[in-house]
Amino acid sequence: MRILVCIKRVPAPGAKINLTGDAQAIDPTNLGFTISPHEECAVEEAVQQAEQHDGSVTVLTLGPAAAEEQLRSALAVGADAAFLMPTDGSAWDPMATARALTAGIGELETDGPFDLIFFGNESADSGGYQVGIRVARALGRPMVNGIKGVAVSNGVVTARRETATSNEVFELPLPAVLGIKEGINLPRYPTLKGRMAAKKKEVVSSIPEHRPGGPELIRLLTPPQQTTTTVILGTGPEAAPALVDVLEEAGIL
Amino acid sequence: MSVFVLVEHDRGEVEPASLEALTFARTRGDVTAVVVGEGADQAAAGLGGYGASHITIATNELLADYGPDAWADALAQVVGAAGATEVLAAGTDRGNEVIAQLAARLDLPMAANVLELAKPGEVLRLQWGGSLHELAAFEEPMLLYTISPHSIEATGGAGASGTVVEQPIELDESATVTMIKDRVTTAEGITLATAPIVVSGGRGMGSAEAFDMLEELADLVGGKVGCSRVVTNNGWRNHRDQVGQTGTVVAPDVYLACGISGAIQHWVGMMNAKTVIAINTDKDAPMVTKADYAIVADLHDVVPALIEEVKRRRA
Repeated sequence: MRILVCIKRVPAPGAKINLTGDAQAIDPTNLGFTISPHEECAVEEAVQQAEQHDGSVTVLTLGPAAAEEQLRSALAVGADAAFLMPTDGSAWDPMATARALTAGIGELETDGPFDLIFFGNESADSGGYQVGIRVARALGRPMVNGIKGVAVSNGVVTARRETATSNEVFELPLPAVLGIKEGINLPRYPTLKGRMAAKKKEVVSSIPEHRPGGPELIRLLTPPQQTTTTVILGTGPEAAPALVDVLEEAGIL
Repeated sequence: MSVFVLVEHDRGEVEPASLEALTFARTRGDVTAVVVGEGADQAAAGLGGYGASHITIATNELLADYGPDAWADALAQVVGAAGATEVLAAGTDRGNEVIAQLAARLDLPMAANVLELAKPGEVLRLQWGGSLHELAAFEEPMLLYTISPHSIEATGGAGASGTVVEQPIELDESATVTMIKDRVTTAEGITLATAPIVVSGGRGMGSAEAFDMLEELADLVGGKVGCSRVVTNNGWRNHRDQVGQTGTVVAPDVYLACGISGAIQHWVGMMNAKTVIAINTDKDAPMVTKADYAIVADLHDVVPALIEEVKRRRA
């Protein structure tokens, strides 16, 4: 079984985010970068599926040349091959990204389609909720987003999606595309051996064609901060009645 | 302007965020609600109150349950025939998925999690789950977008006519490939997303066992237990309980944060709570400085005292 995972390099979650002077991007100074969280789980899921089914995992990213770091991270936790589509680092709109990825996947599928292609449910930064769906549509393959459980047997992938009150079950014939959500697994940490092996693997590059679609970024903005004056109810358990008073005022009790 | 809103429902029960989308849509023009699939009749009742002048029920015997392809095919036929200038849905799992499928079919741009369409040709939308905003160019013959949940309050009483029309849809059998095949119920009654109070724990909880007291408190006050990302990463709780950018976004009356430092990715998942209360030993933690109320103390001392106090008042 051959699995492809499309990943994105994003600033590490939790970091304080500053904008560049022209507000066109996040200022990368002093920021660590990582694989977008949903996609980190997608890589782990692909590696687990490949282990179960004697398969292979390829990772693909479209982004700045530095995104090779994220491809190597994926190689270090068990991916077998990596494919980089380097850009000049500017923000590509979701349609442009999907068009380029579709072309890139075409290059990788000269020997036939991947059985499964994983995307993250949405990227941590731009959060467009559409690139995987557009690619699946262009490839003519079934796609379901928000997946927190995957099982493959007899050419069918059974995928589970959680709602607040139920698990929804989908059954897609392979080849298929899934948007993976955090919580499907706990991604492993790379071992030293894994890191060493990842350094030696080749990362293949292919420069993508930029065909913009939209919506096109005008500028980023920092949302207005609500200023709150926090009422300190106390500094120990003796403040419990004051807190319960607040619950009563809020209509909870 | 001819504005079409996909109203999500699950076997007839309307998704509350869709009512927010309808509320938004009526500021944009003449509103048609589109309801797809089994249970659509039931879902259609009452949408006039939220501003739907027209309600189109998309019908086909294959539309038995939710499926992104079937719903997007149905929506594409409804809006294509009617000359829609805008098509929107709530920024939920299904809303984002169906509008993206529609956008892929029409090869048109889509803007997810929109806050405003203040100026013609421009859209203001969320990035980073709401920690950043993006202003983008958005000028198309048909605008496709979703509304950020909890960014607008659903208000009824619009008194629109809500005239129902059934529209038969042509659907290929292949569109059912991505339809729900089975369901397993995992929860009854109130959920994290609908609970009036969320009692949430973070790193400061220290263990999976410590959540027992949050469960007890949540039960007493009619709420649900939530948690931060570090808690699920530590394996203390199921990811289903996670509040934040990559978990569930909640907007309860009260959010009680116990031992949660308040990283921005968590904050964007609960910032629309009406009242935020923090219990934390660190008076400078972002959750404490942004909260409406705080107790600066160890939650392991405070939560048992809270449980006793609630029980005492109930007695």
